[in-house]
Amino acid sequence: MADTRSVVLGRIRRALADRPSVEAIPRDYDLSRPLGDLVELAAERIADYRAEVHQVASADVPAKIASLLAARGATRMVGPVDLPSSWRVDGAEWLIDSPSLSIDQLDGADGVLTGCAVAIAETGTLVLDGGEAQGRRALTLVPDYHLCVVRTDQIVGIVPEALARLEPTRPLTFISGPSATSDIELDRVEGVHGPRTLHVIIAVT
Amino acid sequence: MPAPRVGLFATCLTDTFYPSTARAVLRLLERLGCDVDFPMDQTCCGQMHYNTGYREEARSLASKYAGVFAGYDAIVAPSGSCGGMVREIHPELHGSSDAFARTYELSEFLVDVLGVTDVGAYFPHRVTYHPTCHSLRMLGVGDKPLQLLRSVRGLDLVELPEAETCCGFGGTFAVKNADTSTAMLGDKMRCVLNTGAEVLCAGDNSCLMHIGGGLSRLRTGVRTVHLAEILASTEEEPWAATP
Amino acid sequence: MGSNPVTWLGSPVFPKAAKAALADTQLRRNLRKATHTIRDKRAKAVAELPDWEQLRRAGEAIKDDVLSNLDTYLERIEAAVTARGGIVHWALDAHEANEIVLRLAREAGTDEVVKVKSMATAEIGLNEALEAGGIRAVETDLAELIVQLGNDRPSHILVPAIHRNRSEIKEIFQREMAEKPASDEPRDLAEAARRHLRRKFLLARVAVSGANFGVADTGSIVVVESEGNGRMCLTLPEVLITVMGIEKLVPTWRDLEVFLQLLPRSSTAERMNPYTSVWTGVTPGDGPQQFHLVLLDNGRTDALADRVGRQALRCIRCSACLNVCPVYERTGGQAYGSVYPGPIGAILSPQLVNDMHDKQAASLPYASSLCGACYEVCPVRINIPEVLVHLRAEAVEAKGRTPESVGMAALGWIFNDARRYENAQKVGSLARHLAPSGRISSLPWPGSKWTSARDVPTPPAESFRTWWRKNRG
Ligand code: SF4
Repeated sequence: MADTRSVVLGRIRRALADRPSVEAIPRDYDLSRPLGDLVELAAERIADYRAEVHQVASADVPAKIASLLAARGATRMVGPVDLPSSWRVDGAEWLIDSPSLSIDQLDGADGVLTGCAVAIAETGTLVLDGGEAQGRRALTLVPDYHLCVVRTDQIVGIVPEALARLEPTRPLTFISGPSATSDIELDRVEGVHGPRTLHVIIAVT
Repeated sequence: MPAPRVGLFATCLTDTFYPSTARAVLRLLERLGCDVDFPMDQTCCGQMHYNTGYREEARSLASKYAGVFAGYDAIVAPSGSCGGMVREIHPELHGSSDAFARTYELSEFLVDVLGVTDVGAYFPHRVTYHPTCHSLRMLGVGDKPLQLLRSVRGLDLVELPEAETCCGFGGTFAVKNADTSTAMLGDKMRCVLNTGAEVLCAGDNSCLMHIGGGLSRLRTGVRTVHLAEILASTEEEPWAATP
Repeated sequence: MGSNPVTWLGSPVFPKAAKAALADTQLRRNLRKATHTIRDKRAKAVAELPDWEQLRRAGEAIKDDVLSNLDTYLERIEAAVTARGGIVHWALDAHEANEIVLRLAREAGTDEVVKVKSMATAEIGLNEALEAGGIRAVETDLAELIVQLGNDRPSHILVPAIHRNRSEIKEIFQREMAEKPASDEPRDLAEAARRHLRRKFLLARVAVSGANFGVADTGSIVVVESEGNGRMCLTLPEVLITVMGIEKLVPTWRDLEVFLQLLPRSSTAERMNPYTSVWTGVTPGDGPQQFHLVLLDNGRTDALADRVGRQALRCIRCSACLNVCPVYERTGGQAYGSVYPGPIGAILSPQLVNDMHDKQAASLPYASSLCGACYEVCPVRINIPEVLVHLRAEAVEAKGRTPESVGMAALGWIFNDARRYENAQKVGSLARHLAPSGRISSLPWPGSKWTSARDVPTPPAESFRTWWRKNRG
């Protein structure tokens, strides 16, 4: 008996006896688009999805982190191993993912602080790729609060520009606002399994 | 420019049940300077066969159409549905033909080919307009019928809520899925009645037969009138309900 | 291949199921509210992109390329996934796919798996198969959870519990959950679901997911979701099993720049859905350390063989066609008797069943007025009306000689000759001549089904052609 793989491939080849010719993919859609001030747009669109957005000068990022954590009363914060030391502000205990934190440790924390790889202004999306200041995926998933720092040079206009910057074989997470659902009467409400609060600091360079 | 030679494709439904619509098209086009002919060999575009799954019957009617309407500058049908069948589906059944490519739904012919929106009509009634699905989505007539209606003197045009939602006719759908069709009809009638219009206008007698049949059953008093009849109506020769 | 679980055994034909659904006024209110909300939002989300039509055409072309070279791309993704530490399995039908997942779950030594919403696993009846094998499948998507806890069937491909309103959902949760929801506010219902599933996520060893896209040349798999239940399943367990229909591929990473724009705006009418996860094989130290990809045929190669019907395989399951469909809006999804309801279901389910002698499946292509609203919104430009009509022709052929086919042939014969046609008009009316007792009840002219709700037009004194002959002839 032939194995399923050859059966399926054989069925496909028979089904495609006509082998329809394919013309070149029409790629006349926009690869970028004039969107004005990308930082402003990113701030507006991220906030559209009920994330809180703060724009500060790079030098003021640590102070902003400190004040946001203090305001929430977040004292046990998770961070990836390469979290910049200036971001590990006083007033919180920093649980660094080295050695790996257990799921219960993540679940018991007040939040997580990371950077990101790319941000898409038009859609209000942050993309994490496990690179610089981001850590593994579980870190930004289990804690109920995610504070993310975006540098202005990480912001692109539209989706195609973002994908061009990303390496697909890294584990990627696209985040647009806090966890939400449209499952009740097809209307979006925030707050299900992922972090229910998302704060974003845009570090203006 | 010599008068365009126009073949009138009445469609079987209008020919049989709504001759007043075909006569209105004739009157209107002649008023606008067209040389109109009605080739007697015409019958049906085959849409009902095609849509119900009887392709072969539809194919032979497509071929018949190509022969009957060969040689006209334009062929005009008072139906977006039959016009769509001819222009979009006939080529696939029969192969391409000038007769298919030169077939227009009435509002397209007036606005795109003749380049008129004010056809000199007079119709002093409160009217709402239902864009039929095939005129809208197969032919893409857009707001051409509305442009024409807006230029009709005396006509009070009121917007139909949820206008672009199907009325539920769908040919044999109305019979094969009668309950769903009736539910769709009910919602369409509610929207029509909410406008307070005296007249419901559309470019397809099939949909008007369906909606009008429902409105008449409920004794609503709202009349259904084909676009052609409104556009043909003038002060001298006003529209009159056919007995 | 035995009977395909894509349609539910014993479901009545569509008109019958629709009649029952139409009588449920609560259902109709719920559906109307949900579909109208999403319609307007989708239109706005789409209008925001100046290049929407270009994206649709690109999406269509990319998917056509995938289908035309499906064998090549499948071999390519298999190689890429394998190279990155994943294990690829092939399943010809539902039974084979279920066996594979069951075996893998058992090998992992678990008696419970967490699931991300997936049409492929719903299509093959995986939950029931696992249950029969002694493994509990926990649905984690809110709507799936509502369906599962309510012992119900899905009625929408994106929001399977769309037929339920908030107060009905609250009742189900109150009955089934240890911690009751605080109110029927969507926020409280979401909170209840969060608490209900939290421990299960944190302790799960095996997760089962579907896939929105698989990138052939990199082996990357994409899951698009909202709630974070997907991320939980894709990140925390040790073993991840992904069941993916063979048509879900895109050739390259770059192609996703098209679909990540088309999908969210078409489905939930958002600029971007809250979460999209992309992973490739196994990443040491991050996420599941065992990854299985099950490539599922289950009737897709039959659909692929149909030159008109194969376009249904372009579908990215956005559900826009359901949301705009006037038939779906009134009957709801369960009337279609399949996990794939609405316009896409009406063309996909019969093709996956691949048996037009199956009366229920053969009734689905008729569940449409051919209004074309579905084609207008479909992000990959599937000409659904064209496929519906094509499948109707297959249904007619399978049925052979029926009163309808005899009537249609007679009518065709009359229409083929203007004299015969005119005679038929004169003998009372064309319609009544053809259907004196309403026996050819499929004709759109007088018949009891017509007159139950509508009056019949009074035949005029003379047809147009008679008038023309007298006055112009
Ligand atoms: S057929 Fe088109 S509109 Fe319908 S679900 Fe599939 S992709 Fe979406």
